[in-house]
Parts: sequence; structure tokens; C-alpha cells
Amino acid sequence: MTKATLNAIDLSRQFGDNFAVKDVSFHLNKGEVLGFLGPNGAGKSTTMRMLTGNLAPTQGGVKICGIDIIENPKEAKALIGYLPEIRPLYKEFTVNEFLSIAARFHKVKSSYVHKAVEAVKDKCGLAHMSNRLIENLSNGYQQRVGIAQAIIHNPEIVILDEPTVGLDPIQIREIRKLIKEIGKKHSVILSTHILPEVEMVCDRVQIIDKGHLVFHGSIDDLKQQRLGNKLLIGLSKPPTLSKLKSIKGVEKVEKDEQGMLVMKFKDKYLPAEEIVSLATKQNWGLYHIAPHVTSLEDIFVQLTQVQTIKNRITKGK
Amino acid sequence: MIINVARKELKSLFSSPMGWIILALLMLAFGSFYLQGVNNYFEVMSGSIRPAERVGVTIFVGQTVYGIASFLMLFAVPLLSMRLISEERRSQTLPFLFSAPISLTEIVVGKFLGLIIFLSILVGYILLMLSTLNIWSDIDFGYLLSNSLGLILLAASFSALGIYFSSLTSQPIIAAILSFIALFALMGLDKFFGSQPNHWFGYISLMKHFQSFSRGVIDSKDIIYFILFITTFLVLTVRRLDADRLRG
Repeated sequence: MTKATLNAIDLSRQFGDNFAVKDVSFHLNKGEVLGFLGPNGAGKSTTMRMLTGNLAPTQGGVKICGIDIIENPKEAKALIGYLPEIRPLYKEFTVNEFLSIAARFHKVKSSYVHKAVEAVKDKCGLAHMSNRLIENLSNGYQQRVGIAQAIIHNPEIVILDEPTVGLDPIQIREIRKLIKEIGKKHSVILSTHILPEVEMVCDRVQIIDKGHLVFHGSIDDLKQQRLGNKLLIGLSKPPTLSKLKSIKGVEKVEKDEQGMLVMKFKDKYLPAEEIVSLATKQNWGLYHIAPHVTSLEDIFVQLTQVQTIKNRITKGK
Repeated sequence: MIINVARKELKSLFSSPMGWIILALLMLAFGSFYLQGVNNYFEVMSGSIRPAERVGVTIFVGQTVYGIASFLMLFAVPLLSMRLISEERRSQTLPFLFSAPISLTEIVVGKFLGLIIFLSILVGYILLMLSTLNIWSDIDFGYLLSNSLGLILLAASFSALGIYFSSLTSQPIIAAILSFIALFALMGLDKFFGSQPNHWFGYISLMKHFQSFSRGVIDSKDIIYFILFITTFLVLTVRRLDADRLRG
């Protein structure tokens, strides 16, 4: 088992009477990018604020490399780099000034500050912006400065709260590339509500809804859920459904809104070739055959709805 | 760590026009009162013939300049201290400080120290300006040092209170107004209770404790008063920021 760099144990946070986050437990392994997924107001940012010591949890605790963030906040915080949802940038400073302040605040040795600033600027593609005021930088570059201040002290864990919000597609791609690169050396927690982003960047996924964890597993698990063992078939002269069901290995046949057929097969069984040859033999008019992909959005809706139903049941008791 | 926070604060004060303008205006005011003081000295002293009426040039000019300095600080410090925390609250930069390995006490003391260093430029400037009297006369440096110490303690107390009010709100201007009103009340408490000079309410007035410094007396009682005043408000500020973390 790989050593966990971050452990969240039964984290709960109450605002007034309602729980923003309730009993969230998870861990982060070394050198892993963990995606934190959830709709708006699900408790992503609250969880991240608790992980970084910006907010005290009502219950539970956070351990950074074995150090409790509530008991030893200084030691624990030195191991974290954090970029909140709203970039904490002092706009009156230049990029160089701001980054050296960030380095000093994170206990980078004064003789090494200059080197650290240069290195992080290279990494984030900020070298040509060194002496520009942060105020005058574009949104994308400001975001890079935000990421740069989070990784300047080479932390064990980098926590990024919605790092690609409000950027244009090219900037988003660049930031994603940067995050992937960071993920090679550090452990990263990334929160977002953009599903494909998680698939592109993360190794492991966690879905949170209304303060509860509803799913956690590797990205492959999520893909598995997404792909299933289904084929989407278009036939212009379809036979009866019962005839299709009689094909070996078929579990379920359904018609979707566009008149396409969704065939679900038993595990490890995908008789696509058989269906094609059958279709040509019997002249079904095959015009489309492809693996059926449930969109991440659908899975997301499924997962969050399952949770609400479960909640209703428990409440009904 | 405290030094790093103070450095950041100083840099931030000097990177806005506010810092420079306040510095320049105050120096202009002190300079003109100094000149006026020197001019008046000759007029007044040539009029007073009896030795009992004669005052030394240090006290005569010093009283004018330090008197006006303590009064002007009342306006300048709230303007400088208002941004210290409320601006960070408004532009949401506090998480940057909170997630760095710095304790809340270090943040608050650092910010306070940054402002004190900035204000001590003014105090140093006044001291330097008055020392030029020594070129043509023999001045009392002890008197100047006592006044400088008093002024810096007074300004530090103003700053501590200013930081506290700055931590209460996310609107710098509200912080400035609140701290100005509070300071004005605290300064004048001994005037309100003028009829009862020994009433404890008069005793907590800031001005009352500055007066002994301005006479050239360094009284440990007054120093302790100022230190207690500063500590109280810094502790309150730390507690206010901690409440952010606890209550969210």
C-alpha cells in the first residue's frame, strides 16, 4: 500500500443548523491527482478550506503526512500549497515581488528565494511577465501566478480549487497541462464541476453532493460505469425486440428517444461482429453501431439521485 | 516570520500613492510648524524681559511641533491602518496568509510592526528636523528623545486600535471612520472629566499619558499603560481573525 500524504477523517462542518459537509473521509496517495467533483454548493470549497486550515471543522480532523492540522498548524501548513477559488493575489505587486513574498511566507530559505522564484516562473510560463504588475495581467496569467504561489515551496500536497474557471479554452488546456505536470511530483487535489476535466487530468475521483461523498474510486471505475457493456445500434428496418433479445449474451434491449437501439450485454461479452453479420444477412438496414457511452453528466445525475433516494429512505425510517 | 509580514506590509504601503501622500503632507505640516515655531521664538522672547518668562528654544519649538504631530497622527493613522486587514478581507487575500505556515499572532504583529516602521519614519524625521536647532544653539536632546518615544508609543496605540477596527469590517473607509471616532473619544476623555482630575475615566485617556512625555518625563507607568493598550487591541484582533476560522 502506498503511503497516504493526506487523511481526512470524518470531516463535518456545520453552518448554523445545516451541514455544509458531513462525515467526509478520504485519503490522498503520494504522486496522485485526486479530482473532487460536485455541483455548485456541494461542499467542495468548504472541504478544501478545512483541508488547508482556513476553516475549523465542526467534527473530524485532517492529517497532512501524519501531522494534525489543528494541533500543529504551522508544520502541517508548510506541506500544503493552496489556491482558493478566488485568487489571493496582491494586485499592487509585480509578479516577482509577489512570488518572493509567497516564498518567504512559506519558509523558503532567504538565500534560495530568488532561485525558487525563477524556477516556478519557468514552470508556469511566467518568465516574460516578471516585472509586470499583477493587476495588469490577463485572467489566465493571473491564474498562473495563483498556481505558482501554491507550488513555490515544493509542497507535498497541492490543493487547487476550481483552477480552470473563467478561462478561455486555450488557457484551460495549458492550465490542465500544467496541473498534470505538477501531479508528477506532488500530490494534487483538484476541485471542479467540469466532468471531462476530471477524466483528462485525474487518477482518482471523488464525487460530493450536498455535503456527502457519493462516489470514490479510480478514474477507470468511473469510465467503467460510463461505458458499461452496451452497444448503440441504428437499424432502419429493425426486427422485433424479442428477436434481438434472443441473440446470445443479450441482457436487455431498449429503444432510445432517437429510435436507436441500446443493447446491454452480459459481462465480457460483446458480439458486435455477430450482430453486423446478422444484420446484413437478414437485411435490417444497419447504419450505426458503436459502443454506447453514458455521459458523465448522466452518471453524475444517477449518483446524486441515488443518494437523495437513500436519504429519503433513511429519513422515512 | 513577523519580519516577513512586516516587510510585505511596508512594501504594500509604499506601492500605493496613499503612503507617499500621507508622508509628504505630514512632513510639509511638521516643517511649516517648525519654521513658525522658530520665528515665534524670537518674537516672544524679545518681548519677555523677566528671566522667569524665558523658555528654552527646544521646549518652545518642540512643544509646537510635537503637539501638532500628536494631533495629526489622529487623522493619519486611521487612514493608514484602515487597509491593513479590511482590504485583505475585501479582495479575499486572507486565505493566502492563513494557509501559509504563519500563526495568526505573527500575522497581526507583523502588520502592526510594518505600520510602526512606517510611522517611525515620521518620528525620525521630526527628531532630525529639531536637531538642526543644535547648529546655532545648545538644545536639550533628552527632551527630544522623550517626546519621540512618547510620540511613537502614541502612534503605536493608535495603530493597534486601527488594526482592530480594520479587522472588524471589509470596508476600509468604515474602519477608518470607526477608529477615528474611537481615538478621538479616547484622546478627549480627560477633557470630558476635567472637573475630576483623578477620576479613573480620565485616567484611561491617551492624551493624559502622552503629556508626561511631552514635558520630558519618561514615566514607566505611562510606558506600561501604552504597552497594555497596544497588547489589548492586538489580542482582540487575533481573536477576531480566529473567529473567522472557527465560524467561517
